[in-house]
Amino acid sequence: MSTLKKIIIDGIEVEVDGAMTLLQAAEEVGIEIPRFCYHERLSIAGNCRMCLVEVVGGPPKPTASCAMQVRDLRGGPNGEPPLVKTNSPMVKKAREGVMEFLLINHPLDCPICDQGGECDLQDQAMAYGVDFSRYREPKRASENLDLGPLVATQMTRCISCTRCVRFTTEVAGITQMGQTGRGEDSEITSYLNQTLDSNLQGNIIDLCPVGALTSKPYAFTARPWELTKTESIDVMDALGSNIRIDTKGREVMRILPRNHDGVNEEWISDKSRFVWDGLRRQRLDVPYVRENGKLRKASWAEALATAAAAMKGRKVAGLVGDLAPVEAAWSLKLLVEGLGGRIECRTDGARLPAGNRSAYVGTAAIEDIDTAKRIVLIGTDPRNEAPVLNARIRKAWAQGAEVSLIGKPVDLTYDHAHLGTDRAALVSLAAQPVDEARRGGIVIVGQGALTEADGEAVLAHAMKLTEAMGAKLLVLHTAAARVGAMDAGCVTEGGMPAAIEGAEVIFNLGADEVEIAPGAIVIYQGSHGDRGAHRADVILPAAAWTEEAGLFVNTEGRPQLAFRAGFPPGEAKENWAILRALSAELGQTLPWDTLPALRRKLVEAVPHLGRIDRVAANDWQPLPLRDPARADFRLAVRDFYLTNPIARASALMGEVSALAAARRHPPLAAE
Amino acid sequence: MSLSPDLLTRIRQAAHDHGGPRAAMLEALRMIQHDHGWVCDAHLAEAAATLGVHRAEMEALAGFYSLIFRHPVGRTVILLCDGASCWLNGADAVRDELQRRLGIGFGQTTADGEYTLINVACLGGCDRAPAAVVGRDRRLIGPLSPEGVAKLLEGGL
Repeated sequence: MSTLKKIIIDGIEVEVDGAMTLLQAAEEVGIEIPRFCYHERLSIAGNCRMCLVEVVGGPPKPTASCAMQVRDLRGGPNGEPPLVKTNSPMVKKAREGVMEFLLINHPLDCPICDQGGECDLQDQAMAYGVDFSRYREPKRASENLDLGPLVATQMTRCISCTRCVRFTTEVAGITQMGQTGRGEDSEITSYLNQTLDSNLQGNIIDLCPVGALTSKPYAFTARPWELTKTESIDVMDALGSNIRIDTKGREVMRILPRNHDGVNEEWISDKSRFVWDGLRRQRLDVPYVRENGKLRKASWAEALATAAAAMKGRKVAGLVGDLAPVEAAWSLKLLVEGLGGRIECRTDGARLPAGNRSAYVGTAAIEDIDTAKRIVLIGTDPRNEAPVLNARIRKAWAQGAEVSLIGKPVDLTYDHAHLGTDRAALVSLAAQPVDEARRGGIVIVGQGALTEADGEAVLAHAMKLTEAMGAKLLVLHTAAARVGAMDAGCVTEGGMPAAIEGAEVIFNLGADEVEIAPGAIVIYQGSHGDRGAHRADVILPAAAWTEEAGLFVNTEGRPQLAFRAGFPPGEAKENWAILRALSAELGQTLPWDTLPALRRKLVEAVPHLGRIDRVAANDWQPLPLRDPARADFRLAVRDFYLTNPIARASALMGEVSALAAARRHPPLAAE
Repeated sequence: MSLSPDLLTRIRQAAHDHGGPRAAMLEALRMIQHDHGWVCDAHLAEAAATLGVHRAEMEALAGFYSLIFRHPVGRTVILLCDGASCWLNGADAVRDELQRRLGIGFGQTTADGEYTLINVACLGGCDRAPAAVVGRDRRLIGPLSPEGVAKLLEGGL
């Protein structure tokens, strides 16, 4: 039990947990204390000294409010609560002194610094800075670091807050960054001049309170006040990280994380952050039809007529790709099933049981990881499949959770017990009795474990293990569209083989990872000229996820809304609108004219999709136990940076992918 | 050259005695320096591995302390006090004589690798000013005089 303690901050009496710091207690009563080094998700360093406050009754000197706990304060002799002043003359003078020291070695090159306009140092210098400098001596300069193609450094601007060092070591779990030296000579360094081996490194750009670490791809392209900010959802993995898309004109200039305690806290992966250059390349911006074996540009009327003519009277199969919003997936389902065809969203062959949400989503929320004492990973490498989720497991591990892994041995950035590589290890673990004291926790099953013929048997044993442990199950998806499409019922009994068997026409809604055998006519609807478009006979150019509003359900089953940040290029149209137009062309008009009307019908059919940002509880329905095959588990994601058409179109993702590969297989010295 | 088994045992013991590996990091660096004179990259990495802490952390800690040497030093390190008491008692003359005899300035090592001379802030030996600290055992000596420098270098002090 926490002990509440009374404290008076600027005349406001408040009762707070004694373990809270003065800075947090002040935030409780709505007083923001300036800070550089303090960050609520990192350990406390107490080295910038900007958060000084006056404590009456304490030592007669300013106290760093980020490092002083409420319970360590002494009250008055007659039991009066301790007094804290955050705006007294002493505090103002102290902070002005700190600011003067911080600015001694800071270059003050704001006009040529990318942080300008969103810089903590700039903002706080407005409040606590003076308009002249007493410093006449030479300023210190530092050498810049080479952190790779994502993070630009200008280390002379660094104020040594060490947020980047703490993030990389505590959250990302890598050890390349450190601080060396003392006083004026102290420097943030990358150890042995290594580039950062983490797919979460972009977050240090947000954490840096000054312009020492900035985004390399975004460098010198925009000022923050020129950007239009749209709050949306990320689709690069199935986590559904909350993001903010910043646009200038019609171009996406950058993507930043938004805070959501239940999903991504305030981190996003590098793929989510830097994939936006892929939105400008390889775009499908006009419809195409294949004529004499070659694709040629066509008008919308012609392309829709060609598609409709091809679909009429033929056996149609619809495939839902990894980035499709639920509205489009559901529209396609109604359209294809209306023609007597079949639809399938499990394009990677995952044996997710239709209709059993406890088995294809699970019962755990992402937030449950924080309190789990025992986490079992099955056939998954969360560091590549959902890096932000992996950081969360790491956080649980740091607080004492016991992590074990069954599957391919991988570097997860934290200690874990490796219990085996194959299905037999899972079966024997699920058969073991669990001590009462060790019950609870989370079982996380990756897609790599479920994509083979015995996927359902593996899932059944994972569910048995979940029961034996008294734990919760989380099925970790890799495709942003998957859970939503499963919820909307975009499935065929028998999975992929059954869906495409004998199909004369395949309507491919952005499923670029699927190999479609020759023979069938392929209609491809998507945003990028990737594999799917090359195999297509008709191409219907569609919006990418930043260019249309859409509903996505993340891996824990949380429906979230993505919003339009810009318009699709050329003649490309929103996904739902294309399908609506095609349905009219086919003479089976879908019963809506607007997206809200579509959503109303969708929510009528699948009510939980209407409860935005809420994780529905799923009834536990265990699967029948069968023996799985004898084989090792495979991993679902081979190359983290190139999992979807947008990422594959991004030159930057290609570069980072090549660097990561080079790091794994260093070239021989003789080469 | 790796660390001796005895030293590794003492490092592990320090982790035990000091209440954890992080608390023993500085003690490990001190012990390595006592045995080897300075802390090379290989020894630092080995100590970090022994304690189970990251090498970068160890590096950061070593870099913070100016008296943990990360470069080779002479067999005998002389830390000459810069403090006010020593200065009042004629440290300048001692300094000049030392530098003349050794032929080096502060922060330098003699060509034969015998001595390294370093100036430090107050050693806390004001009662023995002008004072210096000599050798791996950090022996405090003083009061020094220009005449006593020869004796110091012959090992007589």
